[in-house]
Amino acid sequence: MIEKTAAELSQALSSGEISSVELTQSYLDRINKYNEELNAFITVCEESALAQAKAADEKRANGDASPLLGIPLAHKDIFCTNGVTTTCGSRMLHNFVAPYDATVVENFSAAGAVMLGKTNMDEFAMGSSNETSFFGPVKNPWDTTRVPGGSSGGSAAAVAADLCAMATGTDTGGSIRQPAAFCGITGFKPSYGRVSRWGMIAFASSLDQAGPLSKSAEDAALMTNVMAGLDKKDSTSIDKAVEDYTATLNDSLDGLRIGIPKQHFAEGLTAEVEQGIRDALSEYEKLGATVTEVDLPNNHLSVSAYYVVAPAEASANLSRYDGVRYGYRCENPVDLEDMYKRTRSEGFGDEVKRRILVGTYALSAGYYDAYYRKAQKIRRLIKNDFVEAFREVDVIIGPTSPHTAFELGAKTDPVTMYLEDIYTIAVNLAGLPGISIPAGIANGLPLGMHIVGKDFGEAKILNVAHQFQQHTDWHKQKPNFGQED
Amino acid sequence: MALDKSEVEKIAQLARLHISVADADEVANRITDILALIDQMQSVDTDAVEPMAHPLDVVQRLRADEVTETDHRDELQTLAPEAQDGLYLVPKVIE
Repeated sequence: MIEKTAAELSQALSSGEISSVELTQSYLDRINKYNEELNAFITVCEESALAQAKAADEKRANGDASPLLGIPLAHKDIFCTNGVTTTCGSRMLHNFVAPYDATVVENFSAAGAVMLGKTNMDEFAMGSSNETSFFGPVKNPWDTTRVPGGSSGGSAAAVAADLCAMATGTDTGGSIRQPAAFCGITGFKPSYGRVSRWGMIAFASSLDQAGPLSKSAEDAALMTNVMAGLDKKDSTSIDKAVEDYTATLNDSLDGLRIGIPKQHFAEGLTAEVEQGIRDALSEYEKLGATVTEVDLPNNHLSVSAYYVVAPAEASANLSRYDGVRYGYRCENPVDLEDMYKRTRSEGFGDEVKRRILVGTYALSAGYYDAYYRKAQKIRRLIKNDFVEAFREVDVIIGPTSPHTAFELGAKTDPVTMYLEDIYTIAVNLAGLPGISIPAGIANGLPLGMHIVGKDFGEAKILNVAHQFQQHTDWHKQKPNFGQED
Repeated sequence: MALDKSEVEKIAQLARLHISVADADEVANRITDILALIDQMQSVDTDAVEPMAHPLDVVQRLRADEVTETDHRDELQTLAPEAQDGLYLVPKVIE
C-alpha cells in the first residue's frame, strides 16, 4: 500500500480498504525502520500525525471527500510549522519553534493531509547535494553511497523510499527538480508567485518558489491544486485564478510542439542521460508531438547571473539572524558586536557564510552596478530567450541534470557544485514553471527529464508529464532499498 | 577579480561574520573562484537592456492601511535567547 500514489491511496481510503490511521502508522513504522540510514527526516511527528489521521478518518465518515484527506505527507524543514521545530537545516535555527504555520502548511492541513514530519535539506536551501545540512547528509535510496540531490534532498529521498506518500519542497535554482531527478520521482516548480512564500524561510526572494515532490504528475497536480493561489500575506503571490490542474491531465498530445534547447544537449551532458531523454522524445513523437530544436543563446550565463542574484538576496535575507529575537546565540558575548559576529559565525555553516560574503560583496558600495544590476540585465536576456522560443513551441524539454546521482563527498569545490544546476537555474531566473519526471535508468540510477512551460503554463506541463507516465512506467520503478517488507 | 585577505576581512565585517586567521586564505580563494564564474557575464554588452527585478515584471501590490495583525508579543518573545519585561536583552551597549 505504501508504494501507491496519493491518487491511488485516496481511492483506497474512500473505498474503506484502509483507514488513514492504518496508513499513517505504516509510514511511521517505515520511518522508524529506515530513517536512521537515510537521514531524510529531521523531525518526526508521530503523535500529532496519528491524531490528524484519526480526525481525517472522522471527516471521511462524515462525508468529506477531499482528494488529499488522510494522505500522509512530509514538509521540507523550511516551512514554518506551529509548535513543531523548523530548522532550515541550520544550527542557527536548530531550536526554532515557529508560533504559526506557513500558508503551504495551512493549505495542506485544510485539505486534511496528515503531516508525518519535517524533512532534511541543505542549510537554508543552499546546496545541490543535501551535504550542507547541519543535521548531516541524506542518502539516496537508490544507492546509499550517493547523494539524493538538493536542496530538497530529504523530501525526495523520503518519497522515493516510501517513507511518505508525498512531500513539499522549495526550488530557488533547481532544488525540487534536481533531487527529484536523482531519486527517480516527480518534482514540480510552479511559476514564480503561484504558491505563497509566507512562512517559508527566505533564501532568494525573487527566485524562491514552493512545489510538490510526488510519485506521479497526477499527484503533483493534486498537490498544486492545494498549494497554489493568492495569499494576501505574501505580496509577491499572484492574483490569478487557480485552475483545476487535474482537469487537463488527459488532454491529447497530438500536435504538441516540443522544443529541445541545443544548449542542453551539448558538452557536459553524459551519454546515458542524453540517450534516456532522446528515447523519451521518441515516445512523445509516437503520441503525436513534433520535436524541433530551439535556441537559448544566453543559457550559459544563467549560472553566473544566479550566483549574483541569489547570494545578494540571501545576504540581505539572512541578516535577520543576529541572536536577538530567535534562534542560536553564542555563549558569553563580550559586547553586541561580538554577539552578532560569533552568533553568525557559529550558527551558519561554511556554504551559507560563503554565499553571504559573495552577496555582501556584490551589493557593497561601488559594485552594485557591476554585479547586481548587471545580473538583472542578464536575467532579462535569459527571459527573452524563453519568450522567443515559446513563439515556436508549447513546451521545452531536456535533461534535468547532466548526469545521475553522484557519490557523497565527490564535489568539494563550490563552483563545481554550482554547475550542477546548469539546466534548471534559467527557469528560476525567468520565473517559469518546470517539472522533472523519471525518464529512464542508467547503471542502476534514475535519470530525470525536465519539462518547462510558459508563464503560468502549469496545466500544460502537468498534462505533458502525465501523458508520458500513462505510456511508460519509469515513474513506477523503485529502488531496492527497504523492499524486504 | 581576485580577492585578498584584507578585502575578505572588510566584507566579513560588513556581513558581521568572523573569519579566523587560519581560514582566511581558503575563504579568499573560494570566493575568488566564485567571482571568476560570475565574471563570465561581464563579456556580454547589456547597455541597452532594462534590468529585470521581477520575473513577471509585476509591480508591488498595495493594501489598505488598516491594522489586521493581532498582538503576539509574549508568544514571540518566548523564542528569544533573552527577554525581560517585554524587551529583548542584548549585551550592554552604553556604559
